[in-house]
Amino acid sequence: MGAGMGAGGAKKAGTPARRRPTIRRSRGDMIFDAANYALMGLFLLIMLYPLYYTIIASVSDINEVSLGHVLFLPKGFTLDAYRQIVGNSLIWSGYFNSALYTVLGTAYGLIVMVPLAYALSKKFLIAKGFITWFFIFTMYFSGGMIPAYILRVQTLGMSNSMWVMVLGSVSVYNMIVTRTFFKAAVPEELFESAEIDGASQFRCFFSIALPLAVPIIAVMALFFGVSQWNSYFNALLYISDKAKYPLQLVLRNILILNEPMAIDKDMLTSMSAAQAQDQIFRQRLAESMKYSVIFIASAPLLIAYPFVQKHFVKGMLIGSVKG
Amino acid sequence: MKPARQTAARGHSGAENFDEKMRGARKVFLKNYQLLILILPAFAATFIFSYIPMYGVQIAFKNFRPSLGIWASEWVGLEHFVRLFQFPNFLPMLRNTLTITLYTLAVFPIEIIVALMLNELGSLKFKKTVQMVSYAPHFLSTVVLCGIVKLFLGRANGVVNNLLAFLGGDRIDFLALPEAFASIYVWSGVWQNVGWGTIIYLAALAGVSSELVEAARMDGAGRLRIIWHVNIPALTPTIVILFIMSAGSIMSLGYEKIFLLQNNLNLPASRVISTYVYDMGILRNQFSYATAIDFFNNAVNIATLMAVNALADRLTGIGLW
Repeated sequence: MGAGMGAGGAKKAGTPARRRPTIRRSRGDMIFDAANYALMGLFLLIMLYPLYYTIIASVSDINEVSLGHVLFLPKGFTLDAYRQIVGNSLIWSGYFNSALYTVLGTAYGLIVMVPLAYALSKKFLIAKGFITWFFIFTMYFSGGMIPAYILRVQTLGMSNSMWVMVLGSVSVYNMIVTRTFFKAAVPEELFESAEIDGASQFRCFFSIALPLAVPIIAVMALFFGVSQWNSYFNALLYISDKAKYPLQLVLRNILILNEPMAIDKDMLTSMSAAQAQDQIFRQRLAESMKYSVIFIASAPLLIAYPFVQKHFVKGMLIGSVKG
Repeated sequence: MKPARQTAARGHSGAENFDEKMRGARKVFLKNYQLLILILPAFAATFIFSYIPMYGVQIAFKNFRPSLGIWASEWVGLEHFVRLFQFPNFLPMLRNTLTITLYTLAVFPIEIIVALMLNELGSLKFKKTVQMVSYAPHFLSTVVLCGIVKLFLGRANGVVNNLLAFLGGDRIDFLALPEAFASIYVWSGVWQNVGWGTIIYLAALAGVSSELVEAARMDGAGRLRIIWHVNIPALTPTIVILFIMSAGSIMSLGYEKIFLLQNNLNLPASRVISTYVYDMGILRNQFSYATAIDFFNNAVNIATLMAVNALADRLTGIGLW
């Protein structure tokens, strides 16, 4: 801690207060900067490498990967693993199901949550305290896994129905974030003058508040979309019909339970008989397919990610204004 | 405005007063009924999917039989709780839960440190790059993350073991080692969430007044000293709130992730209370017993949240409510 102190005092007190670049940096500051850049560079590598390795391993020759020859660059470039996966019908139906559940689930989440957030942003709402606590309470206490299971499976008969993946309770945390947005970003006077002109509350909501809330709605759609696309546990509880599996459940079977993926017959005939019989080779192929499966499953998010990243950050920040 | 209307109303006759009130009520109704309609879908959804399951919690104190339903099943008092506490694996399970949770809380400062370091980077381009890359793992699904963990740590072909073998060490099946389980769980979580976790801290740091920093420099403070005396105090409220929130979920660890990393060999370290709920309830259909376990878990969570909140409130004056 003392490193920067002695030299820092050498700076002339008479120089006008300008920003950092013009101030002569002390030796302690330089050491600090060098160490900081080095550590952040290392941090960057640690964050990046697993993602990078997954990609290069998925396009490398399977034997090279298993032998540990692939470290920084792909070796023996091949798309065999991808070719295998393209023929896997479960992955494609998983993709389709996930897309369906994500679109419907996001729409449902918004339709239920946004009007609530708007209503709760109104000062004059009656019984506001009760209504707020009705929702907040669910953040702290829940019935737990089993009563929810009994409700959905026995009372509502929703097992293996698409709706079990779509319908659910309100996301209270996101509602609070959206409410904060309504309070902060839409001036009250706008509504007051509209009300004087005879606009109903519906009119105020649909014609004034909603158009102004497009940015936060977009952020919420992204939040809901990502969590829907990535969730697997609900499907594990309620979906047993393989044709209705979302992608994440298909992935779980492949990546975690090591369920063998069907190997394409054409590929087997193109391999030498010795290879096809070889247990180790098959095992390695299965391993290599896992890398490609990971890439394929995460691709939609990773491709969209650079474009939507700043919106996510914006959403996080609105939420942190008032936790 | 209000007092003026009241004095005016006092001057009117009873009938007019009543009229006035009716008009007021009518106005309140007109202003509110459409708002209430906007709330209705959320209210219904929450009632069905949150409150009905809460009503179902009573089966923790009953012997639930599907044919009888929740209401008509017979009461058994605390029988299921007694069974849980007498279960030989209860203490190990509780210990696993607490170990993993405390471990998770112990690495909590990492994202604060990373945020402070990112904040000191002069090159905006480099800072943006680090942020962009470090946020990315947050968007991987739990299944994909655990898949990566399994592949990387795999004994025969995993990159970690390849490296170990290259350095002349023995290959280790990490996921089969109970003593490695908590570390695998916690550090894979750090990798996935540390970047994302810095966002809130960086926002708070952006609010630190540059005059304060400048004044400290004038007084001869070095960079570390400024971080210690200016930046960290600026973060304290954020740190306390986030810490309370994570302490509140002390027992409800990411069971979705533990469940995926669990296998028969690491079970001694990976069996936690929330995965036991799934085992008993969903796999073995012991609904009442599983609900009792979950209820116990939930109660401990709420108690911890309230205790930590009260403590933080007393120590720092910052609390959730």
